[in-house]
Amino acid sequence: MTQNPAHGAHNAKVMNRFDLTKRAVAHLKHEEAVIGGIGNTNFDLWMSGQRPQNWYMLGSMGLAIPIALGVAIAQPKRHVVALEGDGSLLMQLGCLATVAMRRPANLTMVVWDNGMYQITGGQPTASASVADIVAVARGCGLVKSAWATDEDDFERLFAAALKDGGPTLIAARIDDKPGTGTTDRDPVQIRQRFMMGLGTRK
Amino acid sequence: MTDMEKPWHQVVLETLKKNDIGLVPYVPDRVFTPLIKALHADDFFTTFPCTREEEAVGIVTGAHMGGMRAAVLMQTSGFGTIANAIASLVCPSQIPAIIFVSERGTLGEFNLGQALVCRTMRPVLDSLGIETHTITRHDELAFIVDRSIKQALATQAPVTFILSPLLTGGKVFAA
Repeated sequence: MTQNPAHGAHNAKVMNRFDLTKRAVAHLKHEEAVIGGIGNTNFDLWMSGQRPQNWYMLGSMGLAIPIALGVAIAQPKRHVVALEGDGSLLMQLGCLATVAMRRPANLTMVVWDNGMYQITGGQPTASASVADIVAVARGCGLVKSAWATDEDDFERLFAAALKDGGPTLIAARIDDKPGTGTTDRDPVQIRQRFMMGLGTRK
Repeated sequence: MTDMEKPWHQVVLETLKKNDIGLVPYVPDRVFTPLIKALHADDFFTTFPCTREEEAVGIVTGAHMGGMRAAVLMQTSGFGTIANAIASLVCPSQIPAIIFVSERGTLGEFNLGQALVCRTMRPVLDSLGIETHTITRHDELAFIVDRSIKQALATQAPVTFILSPLLTGGKVFAA
């Protein structure tokens, strides 16, 4: 990433999505729901272990956060985590303003920023050079938005988001490593397992 | 008061409530304004504007999986933006998304762009095999909406209600 020095992440360490995904999942002790965005984001979530409360998005690029918001509204006592990539979020930035307007205390958004559309061939995203995801989130009214400076900081921010409530957005610079596996592409099975995990299907 | 004596938007609101549809994200539309105002005024409903129609479709999908029934409101041109969300999310995941579209582009449209995007709507719905009702008559409104919501939920399939200017009055233009 060749970043503008004014970019909020210019001092942040470049980390790894699969490693951070595993670290995040290890903090989930209360059957929190996790919505994995399209591509490598949900592939690494899948490979981190298939919790019944995980949902994996196979299409509809950009909708991980709106879907997570819907779950958060339907189940206000359950914490919901959205995992999303920078390219996906740039496609649907307006959802940050909607989340800020609704202020769901039980929603945490994690944005993996590798500065590229990795799965389509590594074309650069605007966040590689100019767009600062955290500044955008704050500009939308998401006050609790921060760059994770390293792995320990990521875990601290993530644990605080679960404990203190939000909405919270945590952005992490990540490397260009591809996803570590692939999700089974069965949308009905994914939805059914998730609903059983949330107690909305038997 | 009979359904025939109530305005169309009151019939829709009451039918949503009767079917426990408590969440209604929307992208605003002039013709839907009385419905949107009434939803905001009723504590039963959680209703709010979204920045894009596909965002609202995502919210409805998440809410369904979380056990809350939800419908989405939009205009014809907004439907033109959600083909990917319904084809790659709603249909393959079997989400009973309840979609209300305020029909523009016909019966006196003045904006060519609206008229053209209107022509894309039914072919998209047909190609995906989505249950669709164009509602033109007040006396059929409650029956169609109530029965079709029940069918959507029972069969885990989306349904689209296209509310014609014949029902709503549409948007009136100076000639």
